Amino acid sequence: MSGYRARDWAVQPPALTPAYKTTRLRAPSAPLVRMPEGCVPESGPVFGHGDLGPLDHDLLQNYARDGVPIGERILLQGRVMDQDARPVPGTLIEIWQANAGGRYRHRNDDYLAPLDPNFGGCGRTLSDDGGQYRFHTLRPGPYPWPNSENSWRPAHIHVSVMGSGLPQRLITQLYFEGDPLVALCPIVQAIPDKGAIDRLVARLDLEAATPFDCLAYRFDIVLRGRRATVFENKPEGM
Amino acid sequence: MTKTPLPETASQTAGPYVHIGLASEAAGLERSLSALGACIAGPDVPGERMVIEGQILDGAGVPVTDAMVELWQGDATGKLAGSEGCASGFHGWGRTAADFETGRWRFETIKPGPIGNQAPHLALWIVARGINIGLHTRAYFDDAAEANAVDPVLLSLPEDRRASLLAQKSGDRGYRFDVHLQGNFETVFFDL
Repeated sequence: MSGYRARDWAVQPPALTPAYKTTRLRAPSAPLVRMPEGCVPESGPVFGHGDLGPLDHDLLQNYARDGVPIGERILLQGRVMDQDARPVPGTLIEIWQANAGGRYRHRNDDYLAPLDPNFGGCGRTLSDDGGQYRFHTLRPGPYPWPNSENSWRPAHIHVSVMGSGLPQRLITQLYFEGDPLVALCPIVQAIPDKGAIDRLVARLDLEAATPFDCLAYRFDIVLRGRRATVFENKPEGM
Repeated sequence: MTKTPLPETASQTAGPYVHIGLASEAAGLERSLSALGACIAGPDVPGERMVIEGQILDGAGVPVTDAMVELWQGDATGKLAGSEGCASGFHGWGRTAADFETGRWRFETIKPGPIGNQAPHLALWIVARGINIGLHTRAYFDDAAEANAVDPVLLSLPEDRRASLLAQKSGDRGYRFDVHLQGNFETVFFDL
């Protein structure tokens, strides 16, 4: 029997969301098949600090050549937990993003905003025993994309979370509080639930800001929880 | 006391630039983070070496050139990495980017053993631009008919859909596994 709670599809974007044009030919037409009991692979790869470099979590430094990257310096932090609010420790969190001008350091991105010689746009870290994670980075810029003649992506950071097993594998995007483009973006609005969209918005956390250095934003991540009753405050997997 | 579970964080598409974060060499970064998932089975891991490759095709039959594929599998005796008795040097996990021109992806690994009563298979997870939530599927081996015939996952499917999960033997040590996102030959995707 799968140890995970059934997925609540009301908070997930359906495969086919025609306003996001690319889904039209890439969305499976058949419903997903429920895996029979006992067949769900509940484990997944485990990572340790030996897999990571010392600056992997610091996008302000990990690609710097002869200076610091241009843009609004931010501390991005939050907690990875399961649906019972238990911390999920040791989870690999990987992020990637555009620079402050909205340009990605990717051979396929030819947007006219300049590349920043001191910014790569990728980082990763492991959640600690309390499920906490933190990155230093900068706030990415919005950019146009060819979904329609005037489509703009809101500023966002892509977030990949490995979780502790295949059912917890997640890729999402975080947005920024107060951005008017969030309400206009067909990728965001593919999510049918307003609360679920709201939870993808990182909140300004002035108390966590580093004075005279960077602002802070908070983004908590909830992964699918186990179905079995568990004791509170017990980290997952223990 | 039963509490209402917290809602799971919503998924969003990995987008066309997933490589920057998860396969940075493909993105063309002059300097990359170390490549995670590049080695599924170290050189000393016992088992039959094999290659699996394929393409991901959209509803028009056009290769998807911005996909990333992740793989999770057991060792030659069906043990998953991290479990007792698993071969040393076996990581069991890999990820790779589809080629930007052809959409081809490829893994070098070892042939997995059966896990309990399940026939040997590879668990695959696919993300790309236009995929709102990552797609779970499985690649079984078409030359393992006996084991496949009693596999509980294959048996749970309508007969005419089982073939979509069979990797085809191709050459001496290779298998081909094409994934159809949509259409008449649509691959089976799972809700784990």
